[in-house]
Amino acid sequence: MDLFNNLALGFGVAFTAQNLVYAFIGCVLGTLIGVLPGVGPIATIAMLLPATYALPPVAALIMLAGIYYGAQYGGSTTAILVNLPGESSSVVTVIDGYQMARKGRAGPALAAAGLGSFFAGCVGTLILAAFAGPLTEVAFKFGPAEYFSLMVLGLIGAVVLASGSLLKAIAMIILGLLLGLVGTDVNSGVARFSFDIPELTDGIGFITIAMGVFGYGEIISNLSQSEEHREVFTGKVKNLYPTAEDFKRMIPAVLRGTTIGAILGILPGGGALLASFSAYTLEKKTKLKPGEVPFGQGNIRGVAAPESANNAGAQTSFIPLLTLGIPPNAVMALMVGAMTIHNIQPGPQVMTSNPELFWGLIASMWIGNLMLIVLNLPLIGMWIKLLTVPYRWLFPSIVLFCAIGVYSTNNNTFDIWMVAIFGVIGYTFIKLGVEPAPLLLGFILGPMMEENLRRALLLSRGDWSVLVTRPLSAGLLAAALLLLIVVMLPTIKSKREEAFVED
Amino acid sequence: MKIKSQKDFYSGLMFTAVGVAFAWGASTYSVGTGARMGPGYFPLMLGIVLAALGSLIIFKSLTVPTETGDKVGKWAWKPLFYIIMANLLFGVMIGGLPSIGLPPMGMIAGIFALTIVASLAGDTFKLKEVLILSAILSVGSYLAFVKLLALQFPVWPTFITG
Repeated sequence: MDLFNNLALGFGVAFTAQNLVYAFIGCVLGTLIGVLPGVGPIATIAMLLPATYALPPVAALIMLAGIYYGAQYGGSTTAILVNLPGESSSVVTVIDGYQMARKGRAGPALAAAGLGSFFAGCVGTLILAAFAGPLTEVAFKFGPAEYFSLMVLGLIGAVVLASGSLLKAIAMIILGLLLGLVGTDVNSGVARFSFDIPELTDGIGFITIAMGVFGYGEIISNLSQSEEHREVFTGKVKNLYPTAEDFKRMIPAVLRGTTIGAILGILPGGGALLASFSAYTLEKKTKLKPGEVPFGQGNIRGVAAPESANNAGAQTSFIPLLTLGIPPNAVMALMVGAMTIHNIQPGPQVMTSNPELFWGLIASMWIGNLMLIVLNLPLIGMWIKLLTVPYRWLFPSIVLFCAIGVYSTNNNTFDIWMVAIFGVIGYTFIKLGVEPAPLLLGFILGPMMEENLRRALLLSRGDWSVLVTRPLSAGLLAAALLLLIVVMLPTIKSKREEAFVED
Repeated sequence: MKIKSQKDFYSGLMFTAVGVAFAWGASTYSVGTGARMGPGYFPLMLGIVLAALGSLIIFKSLTVPTETGDKVGKWAWKPLFYIIMANLLFGVMIGGLPSIGLPPMGMIAGIFALTIVASLAGDTFKLKEVLILSAILSVGSYLAFVKLLALQFPVWPTFITG
């Protein structure tokens, strides 16, 4: 069996003492930072990215995978304990998770999230290993037109389930694409929109945008609310582990969540958000057993399903990244950044030219998942203590970590000035009710889209119809259009808004 | 004409302005044709689309009624000012400010400056507490970033280390 040979190769790479240590450190750091309120996986990875610069590529990616899972789990912890979703995909976890925490059932909620994620992670790893090969074959059939259309589909997919206005989300994507174009044009060597600032000819740093918009913007907005609104949960946590009854309810929810997550994660742009959202909606549609707590009031299924879906989706969203080189979400976009720093161009060639790295990464993802559960179940009590740290100590620390993180990427103070500008912009976004995540995705895809469009049009001698005459490309664009139409249908529109309202 | 949704109105305005600015900037580069895209082609196209979307958002904000009027609300000037200032001060401390002849003061000074100024953004400010926090963060950052991760930071002022 190819699958097992490959996995064996992967585990051979990942199971060296050194790499295991890196995976462990990554998980610990990721969880520690990710658990801080307001710091989601994106900010966590951005902050810890420089820590991996000095490592060899395989070790660096393994550590990053650990950070990623740690951050994601840490983010769910904060979502459940303090009602603060650190990322868009834990928005639905908050609804029932926080209610459970208020009833003193934070332990079972955290355990459900952890166990569900672990199971989903195992399944996701297998799917990733099984499908990465065949999908890479497909990837080689992709021409520039297909890539362009796929990115359009990915971007549309990312916005349809963002909360809030669809129009504004699309506008944010385009704004992101434009920001991504700042810097030297690879084709002509013209420095675009750089205002003769030498640092800007290299383009705007992804981390400066991520930190400014997500880190600073979020902190400023948090601080503008009065203390009562921040409402940090400090109550006592009763029984740490779920009861038999909890398990009985959890298991089918976890299975459903995993299935949905694994499927949706493969779609570029779908990723974790779409997965957790759909899984929660599905659970809400199933009948309540007698004696079960209704959804929105602390139903354990409302935590288990979206969390498993989230993690399964996170796992399978590596597929488009590793096979096509297209980051399906902002976190993966950061992973692309990390890979390029280590001189690895993500894409189908990674698997053939660098099998140790490819399969090692896949194996280490599973190890990362395992470590998370080992690390976190006994430590649930401790994470909760971390959250009793008053916000007035927490936010200066977060500002500091952002500043250090930004400075350390280039050892250049110019990035610090840039992050200040993006902090102001980020706060403006929050005030104007526009979601920043699509901007980040557009930012990373901007240069790639331009390059592929340029090539596609060059091959077709300027004929735009090439995008719809090539069947694969036409199919992808049709799917994007379909997604848009589906969201704009009145019934779905109201449902979409409903699901983001706590009822 | 009454604005039905303030948030949408101003975000639409922002998108339109930025779109126009990018499109205008792009038109100063060579635009080229579809078959031979110049550096201005793609940004010009995107800028126009962004401006159009922005106008559409403005139009919607003036016509589609909302329940609350979607007020933008008060700006939190205080946290905005202090957080951004703290960040800028950190940069000045680490890199120095040659224009006024300030030498780099290093990471530790930067951490103290950042923590103190950032803390001013909160509701309560106790100097003693903030100083303790700064000290803890300094030690922690020194151990984590300089010792453990071996990042290249100027830790102390250059006139001491030379």
